[in-house]
Amino acid sequence: MRRFALIALPYAWLLALFLVPFGIVLKISLSDIALAIPPYTPTLDLSEGWAAFRDFLAALDFENFTFLTTDDLYWKAYLSSLQIAALSTVITLIVGYPIAYGMANAPDHWRPTLMMLVILPFWTSFLIRVYSWMGILSTEGYLNQLLLWMGLISEPLDILNTPTAVYIGIVYTYLPFMILPIYSALERMDGSLLEAAEDLGCSRLTAFWLITVPLSRNGIVAGCFLVFIPTIGEFVIPSLLGGSRTLMIGKVLWEEFFNNRDWPVASAVAVVLLLILIIPIILFQRNEQKSRETEG
Amino acid sequence: MRRITWFNATSLALGFAFLYLPMLLLIVYSFNSSKLVTVWAGFSTKWYGTLVQNEAFLDAALVTLRVAVASSTIATVLGTMAALVLVRAGRFPGRTLFSGMIYAPLVMPEVITGLSLLLLFIGIGFDRGIFTIILAHTTFSMAFVAVVVSSRLMTFDRSLEEAALDLGCSAFDAFRLVTLPIIAPAVISGWLLAFTLSLDDLVIASFTAGPSATTLPIKIWSSIRLGVSPEINALSTIMIGIVAVGVITASLVTKRASLRQQAEERAAAGQV
Repeated sequence: MRRFALIALPYAWLLALFLVPFGIVLKISLSDIALAIPPYTPTLDLSEGWAAFRDFLAALDFENFTFLTTDDLYWKAYLSSLQIAALSTVITLIVGYPIAYGMANAPDHWRPTLMMLVILPFWTSFLIRVYSWMGILSTEGYLNQLLLWMGLISEPLDILNTPTAVYIGIVYTYLPFMILPIYSALERMDGSLLEAAEDLGCSRLTAFWLITVPLSRNGIVAGCFLVFIPTIGEFVIPSLLGGSRTLMIGKVLWEEFFNNRDWPVASAVAVVLLLILIIPIILFQRNEQKSRETEG
Repeated sequence: MRRITWFNATSLALGFAFLYLPMLLLIVYSFNSSKLVTVWAGFSTKWYGTLVQNEAFLDAALVTLRVAVASSTIATVLGTMAALVLVRAGRFPGRTLFSGMIYAPLVMPEVITGLSLLLLFIGIGFDRGIFTIILAHTTFSMAFVAVVVSSRLMTFDRSLEEAALDLGCSAFDAFRLVTLPIIAPAVISGWLLAFTLSLDDLVIASFTAGPSATTLPIKIWSSIRLGVSPEINALSTIMIGIVAVGVITASLVTKRASLRQQAEERAAAGQV
């Protein structure tokens, strides 16, 4: 009995507030926009019995999904989200790996402090961390002031409201997600392996490629997925730093819903986004399972 | 032997400069007397003064705190229950769906979670306000609590609980007196994580909040859309300060606790 209650309470909560809402999104994505409250048709009225339910089902169609393929905006937004996510994941890896490596090779008594310094931004408001770059990258911003003062440029650069600013914002905010898994993989590494390689005549760089990188593979893969997956649906960073020139699907969904009030198309955008995300999510879970098995 | 090389020192210095310089600039320029945020015109604390008098911000901060306390507390109870189910309940009908629903919010884009919950609230005719934000935040943060607590439960030595049961404890007492104190650190970090996620959330709150409830991130969002503002710099500085004090205190407390535990273990070993 007690076991039943333990399972039932969180189960019921998740069914009501996680699964059912998705059912509703799916249903509305098959509906048509209407000038009504709520702004879509058909609406289901169960009190009218089976005939009404049949009519309701008959009125659903895939029109919104066809619309997504005919209008350039949507598939371009999906593609550009995937591209931005992929490229910024690579940049985050290049920036994050040396930091994780430096942390793993730092003296033992430094490491708790370094660890805390990586985690601290993670607890700080995401919105504020993105906002902090607006002052740096704007035309009169600190970066342009510095470059002008150094005489490196004669005209201020346009960085804010371009894709470059979006990349900087993503790398900055997601960097801890890349550093932590790589650090924990590197920290477990047995240092005597490197010594053995050097004794056997490996150069340090070769030893790094042949030993350190393969042994930190699980950390690299985990870090890449932790950056790639949430970046695809990112809304705050492209809205604050990307301007109108940057197309990302999270922003399109938001605008479709709040500005155009087209709920059926917004729902269809959400359904397709979810379908795209399923692939990296499954790959990520496989990797997690595999690394748990090799550790255990 | 670990030693600090030039390469390591440089990558650490550059890395941490990249992580901290933007926030440092924000803090420095919050004391700028000019309204032009990027031009330094002398030291002043006037933006803190105008911030404190801004009732809209204070109201929003209060709403945010209430939402965060309520949602993280409910999420901790539900998330801990879910973790117990995942690690201990064994097989039951619908287990795959259950674990899927627990892990899905971790990777779900916020725009989708927000949209789906809003459509639910509208569909059942629920008035949007503080209550709907609490429901939404509880749902996505209980997943994080469940992950943190279940990873602790997996390494938990069940013989301790069995001993309590053998000695006549009821199942509930065994949980309360043995299991809970041992998993308490994970439960507390789960609560803190849920609390921070709720404080931080803009997207889900924007979808699920009605016109009657504005949280601090929503308020900040509507003022920074127009550009950098000195008041927001002051507000950010206060928020960064609170987080820094909190994290540093927490790490000092855990460090002291682990030192004490080591000392006790040494003393115990000495007595044997």
